[in-house]
Amino acid sequence: MARRPLSPHLFIYRFAYTMSLSILHRITGLALAAGLPVLALWLVAVASSDAAYARLNGGFTGVLLKVLLAGWLAAFVYHLANGIRHLLWDAGVGLERAEARRSAVIVIAATVLITAVLAYFLFMVRGS
Amino acid sequence: MSVRHSGLRHWRLQRATALGLLPLSLWFVLSLILLPDLSRQSVLNWLASGWAAAAMALMLILLAWHSALGVQVVIEDYVPMKSGRRFALWLSHLAHAAFVLMALLALAAVFRSGAA
Repeated sequence: MARRPLSPHLFIYRFAYTMSLSILHRITGLALAAGLPVLALWLVAVASSDAAYARLNGGFTGVLLKVLLAGWLAAFVYHLANGIRHLLWDAGVGLERAEARRSAVIVIAATVLITAVLAYFLFMVRGS
Repeated sequence: MSVRHSGLRHWRLQRATALGLLPLSLWFVLSLILLPDLSRQSVLNWLASGWAAAAMALMLILLAWHSALGVQVVIEDYVPMKSGRRFALWLSHLAHAAFVLMALLALAAVFRSGAA
Protein backbone atom coordinates (compact mmCIF):
# COMPACT_ATOMS: atom_id res chain seq x y z
CA MET A 1 0.00 0.00 0.00
CA ALA A 2 1.38 3.40 -0.92
CA ARG A 3 2.16 5.51 2.15
CA ARG A 4 1.97 8.87 0.49
CA PRO A 5 0.47 12.15 1.66
CA LEU A 6 -3.29 11.83 1.18
CA SER A 7 -5.29 14.32 -0.86
CA PRO A 8 -6.18 17.65 0.77
CA HIS A 9 -9.60 17.54 2.37
CA LEU A 10 -12.14 19.16 0.13
CA PHE A 11 -13.80 21.60 2.48
CA ILE A 12 -10.76 23.22 4.05
CA TYR A 13 -9.69 25.32 1.07
CA ARG A 14 -11.54 28.31 -0.39
CA PHE A 15 -13.21 27.13 -3.57
CA ALA A 16 -11.62 28.04 -6.89
CA TYR A 17 -13.14 26.88 -10.17
CA THR A 18 -9.91 25.14 -11.13
CA MET A 19 -10.65 22.71 -8.27
CA SER A 20 -13.71 21.40 -10.09
CA LEU A 21 -11.45 20.26 -12.94
CA SER A 22 -9.42 18.25 -10.48
CA ILE A 23 -12.54 16.61 -9.05
CA LEU A 24 -13.86 15.99 -12.55
CA HIS A 25 -10.57 14.26 -13.41
CA ARG A 26 -11.26 11.73 -10.66
CA ILE A 27 -14.92 11.29 -11.58
CA THR A 28 -14.15 10.72 -15.27
CA GLY A 29 -11.30 8.39 -14.26
CA LEU A 30 -13.69 6.27 -12.20
CA ALA A 31 -16.27 6.31 -15.02
CA LEU A 32 -13.62 5.07 -17.44
CA ALA A 33 -12.53 2.40 -14.93
CA ALA A 34 -16.13 1.20 -14.92
CA GLY A 35 -15.77 0.81 -18.70
CA LEU A 36 -13.04 -1.82 -18.30
CA PRO A 37 -15.41 -4.71 -17.48
CA VAL A 38 -17.63 -3.63 -20.38
CA LEU A 39 -14.64 -3.59 -22.72
CA ALA A 40 -13.64 -7.07 -21.48
CA LEU A 41 -17.17 -8.45 -21.93
CA TRP A 42 -17.36 -6.89 -25.39
CA LEU A 43 -14.13 -8.64 -26.44
CA VAL A 44 -15.40 -11.94 -25.01
CA ALA A 45 -18.59 -11.52 -27.04
CA VAL A 46 -16.56 -10.75 -30.18
CA ALA A 47 -14.52 -13.90 -29.57
CA SER A 48 -17.56 -16.09 -28.83
CA SER A 49 -20.28 -15.96 -31.47
CA ASP A 50 -22.72 -13.78 -33.39
CA ALA A 51 -25.41 -14.76 -30.88
CA ALA A 52 -23.31 -13.68 -27.88
CA TYR A 53 -22.46 -10.40 -29.62
CA ALA A 54 -26.11 -9.72 -30.42
CA ARG A 55 -27.07 -10.56 -26.82
CA LEU A 56 -24.53 -8.08 -25.43
CA ASN A 57 -25.73 -5.36 -27.79
CA GLY A 58 -29.33 -6.25 -26.97
CA GLY A 59 -28.59 -5.55 -23.31
CA PHE A 60 -28.25 -1.91 -24.24
CA THR A 61 -31.28 -0.77 -26.14
CA GLY A 62 -30.73 2.06 -28.61
CA VAL A 63 -31.00 5.22 -26.54
CA LEU A 64 -29.28 3.83 -23.43
CA LEU A 65 -26.37 2.59 -25.54
CA LYS A 66 -26.01 5.99 -27.18
CA VAL A 67 -26.09 7.84 -23.87
CA LEU A 68 -23.48 5.47 -22.41
CA LEU A 69 -21.23 5.74 -25.45
CA ALA A 70 -21.53 9.54 -25.52
CA GLY A 71 -20.81 9.70 -21.78
CA TRP A 72 -17.73 7.50 -22.05
CA LEU A 73 -16.57 9.46 -25.08
CA ALA A 74 -16.84 12.77 -23.19
CA ALA A 75 -15.18 11.28 -20.08
CA PHE A 76 -12.36 9.91 -22.24
CA VAL A 77 -11.72 13.19 -24.06
CA TYR A 78 -11.79 15.17 -20.81
CA HIS A 79 -9.53 12.76 -18.93
CA LEU A 80 -7.10 12.75 -21.86
CA ALA A 81 -7.02 16.56 -22.22
CA ASN A 82 -6.77 17.24 -18.50
CA GLY A 83 -4.26 14.36 -18.20
CA ILE A 84 -1.99 16.17 -20.67
CA ARG A 85 -2.36 19.26 -18.45
CA HIS A 86 -1.28 17.20 -15.44
CA LEU A 87 1.70 15.72 -17.30
CA LEU A 88 2.80 19.23 -18.30
CA TRP A 89 2.56 20.31 -14.65
CA ASP A 90 4.71 17.32 -13.70
CA ALA A 91 7.27 18.60 -16.19
CA GLY A 92 7.12 21.99 -14.47
CA VAL A 93 5.16 23.73 -17.23
CA GLY A 94 2.19 26.04 -16.60
CA LEU A 95 2.18 26.05 -12.80
CA GLU A 96 1.55 29.79 -12.35
CA ARG A 97 -1.96 30.61 -11.21
CA ALA A 98 -2.89 32.56 -14.36
CA GLU A 99 -1.49 29.78 -16.58
CA ALA A 100 -3.41 27.10 -14.68
CA ARG A 101 -6.62 29.09 -15.13
CA ARG A 102 -5.99 29.56 -18.84
CA SER A 103 -5.20 25.85 -19.34
CA ALA A 104 -8.42 25.00 -17.47
CA VAL A 105 -10.41 26.98 -20.02
CA ILE A 106 -8.50 25.34 -22.87
CA VAL A 107 -9.21 21.84 -21.49
CA ILE A 108 -12.95 22.53 -21.17
CA ALA A 109 -13.17 24.11 -24.63
CA ALA A 110 -11.15 21.28 -26.20
CA THR A 111 -13.31 18.66 -24.49
CA VAL A 112 -16.56 20.17 -25.76
CA LEU A 113 -15.22 20.67 -29.28
CA ILE A 114 -13.48 17.29 -29.70
CA THR A 115 -16.34 15.34 -28.09
CA ALA A 116 -18.81 17.07 -30.40
CA VAL A 117 -16.75 16.24 -33.50
CA LEU A 118 -16.22 12.59 -32.49
CA ALA A 119 -19.87 12.15 -31.48
CA TYR A 120 -20.90 13.64 -34.83
CA PHE A 121 -18.89 11.00 -36.69
CA LEU A 122 -20.03 8.21 -34.38
CA PHE A 123 -23.75 8.96 -34.41
CA MET A 124 -24.46 11.11 -37.47
CA VAL A 125 -22.01 10.11 -40.18
CA ARG A 126 -21.87 6.39 -39.44
CA GLY A 127 -25.01 6.17 -37.36
CA SER A 128 -24.03 3.51 -34.84
CA MET B 1 10.88 -0.71 0.40
CA SER B 2 10.96 2.57 2.27
CA VAL B 3 7.83 4.60 2.91
CA ARG B 4 8.85 7.36 0.49
CA HIS B 5 9.97 4.85 -2.09
CA SER B 6 6.60 3.11 -2.54
CA GLY B 7 4.77 6.42 -3.08
CA LEU B 8 7.34 7.51 -5.64
CA ARG B 9 7.07 4.23 -7.51
CA HIS B 10 3.28 4.58 -7.66
CA TRP B 11 3.61 8.17 -8.91
CA ARG B 12 6.07 7.17 -11.65
CA LEU B 13 4.02 4.19 -12.81
CA GLN B 14 0.88 6.33 -13.00
CA ARG B 15 2.71 8.83 -15.26
CA ALA B 16 4.43 6.15 -17.35
CA THR B 17 1.15 4.32 -18.04
CA ALA B 18 -0.51 7.68 -18.81
CA LEU B 19 2.16 8.50 -21.39
CA GLY B 20 1.72 5.10 -23.03
CA LEU B 21 -2.06 5.45 -23.08
CA LEU B 22 -1.90 8.87 -24.72
CA PRO B 23 -1.34 7.47 -28.24
CA LEU B 24 -2.81 3.98 -27.64
CA SER B 25 -6.18 5.07 -26.24
CA LEU B 26 -6.56 7.67 -28.99
CA TRP B 27 -5.79 4.97 -31.56
CA PHE B 28 -8.41 2.70 -29.98
CA VAL B 29 -11.20 5.29 -29.91
CA LEU B 30 -10.43 6.59 -33.41
CA SER B 31 -10.25 3.04 -34.77
CA LEU B 32 -13.69 2.25 -33.35
CA ILE B 33 -15.11 5.41 -34.89
CA LEU B 34 -13.43 4.75 -38.25
CA LEU B 35 -14.62 1.12 -38.52
CA PRO B 36 -17.30 0.80 -41.22
CA ASP B 37 -19.73 -0.24 -38.45
CA LEU B 38 -19.66 -1.89 -35.03
CA SER B 39 -20.82 -5.30 -36.26
CA ARG B 40 -18.98 -8.37 -34.96
CA GLN B 41 -17.51 -9.06 -38.41
CA SER B 42 -16.01 -5.55 -38.67
CA VAL B 43 -14.38 -5.92 -35.26
CA LEU B 44 -13.07 -9.41 -36.17
CA ASN B 45 -11.54 -8.10 -39.40
CA TRP B 46 -9.95 -5.21 -37.57
CA LEU B 47 -8.37 -7.33 -34.79
CA ALA B 48 -7.23 -10.06 -37.19
CA SER B 49 -4.31 -7.81 -38.16
CA GLY B 50 -1.21 -8.45 -36.05
CA TRP B 51 -0.54 -4.77 -35.55
CA ALA B 52 -4.02 -4.01 -34.30
CA ALA B 53 -4.05 -7.03 -31.97
CA ALA B 54 -0.62 -6.11 -30.55
CA ALA B 55 -1.60 -2.47 -30.01
CA MET B 56 -4.87 -3.60 -28.44
CA ALA B 57 -3.07 -6.01 -26.07
CA LEU B 58 -0.63 -3.29 -24.99
CA MET B 59 -3.47 -0.81 -24.53
CA LEU B 60 -5.47 -3.27 -22.41
CA ILE B 61 -2.50 -3.90 -20.10
CA LEU B 62 -1.68 -0.19 -19.70
CA LEU B 63 -5.36 0.69 -19.31
CA ALA B 64 -5.98 -1.84 -16.52
CA TRP B 65 -2.71 -0.88 -14.83
CA HIS B 66 -3.41 2.87 -14.99
CA SER B 67 -6.98 2.28 -13.83
CA ALA B 68 -5.85 0.13 -10.87
CA LEU B 69 -3.35 2.82 -9.82
CA GLY B 70 -5.98 5.55 -10.10
CA VAL B 71 -8.70 3.67 -8.23
CA GLN B 72 -6.12 2.88 -5.54
CA VAL B 73 -5.52 6.61 -4.98
CA VAL B 74 -9.24 7.27 -4.68
CA ILE B 75 -9.70 4.39 -2.20
CA GLU B 76 -6.73 5.55 -0.11
CA ASP B 77 -8.10 9.09 -0.01
CA TYR B 78 -11.72 8.30 0.84
CA VAL B 79 -11.93 4.88 2.50
CA PRO B 80 -10.66 5.01 6.11
CA MET B 81 -8.62 2.09 7.40
CA LYS B 82 -11.42 1.18 9.81
CA SER B 83 -13.97 0.93 6.98
CA GLY B 84 -11.98 -1.77 5.23
CA ARG B 85 -9.53 0.10 3.04
CA ARG B 86 -7.35 -2.99 2.75
CA PHE B 87 -10.27 -5.09 1.56
CA ALA B 88 -11.37 -2.42 -0.95
CA LEU B 89 -7.84 -2.25 -2.38
CA TRP B 90 -7.62 -6.03 -2.61
CA LEU B 91 -11.01 -6.22 -4.33
CA SER B 92 -10.08 -3.49 -6.83
CA HIS B 93 -6.78 -5.12 -7.73
CA LEU B 94 -8.42 -8.53 -8.07
CA ALA B 95 -11.17 -7.13 -10.33
CA HIS B 96 -8.66 -5.28 -12.52
CA ALA B 97 -6.51 -8.41 -12.88
CA ALA B 98 -9.53 -10.59 -13.68
CA PHE B 99 -10.96 -8.26 -16.31
CA VAL B 100 -7.67 -7.61 -18.10
CA LEU B 101 -6.97 -11.37 -18.17
CA MET B 102 -10.45 -11.98 -19.58
CA ALA B 103 -9.95 -9.30 -22.23
CA LEU B 104 -6.50 -10.58 -23.24
CA LEU B 105 -7.70 -14.20 -23.55
CA ALA B 106 -10.64 -13.07 -25.68
CA LEU B 107 -8.30 -10.96 -27.83
CA ALA B 108 -5.98 -13.95 -28.33
CA ALA B 109 -8.95 -16.08 -29.42
CA VAL B 110 -10.10 -13.37 -31.84
CA PHE B 111 -6.63 -13.03 -33.32
CA ARG B 112 -6.19 -16.80 -33.72
CA SER B 113 -9.56 -17.24 -35.42
CA GLY B 114 -8.88 -14.26 -37.69
CA ALA B 115 -5.40 -15.44 -38.67
CA ALA B 116 -6.60 -19.00 -39.40
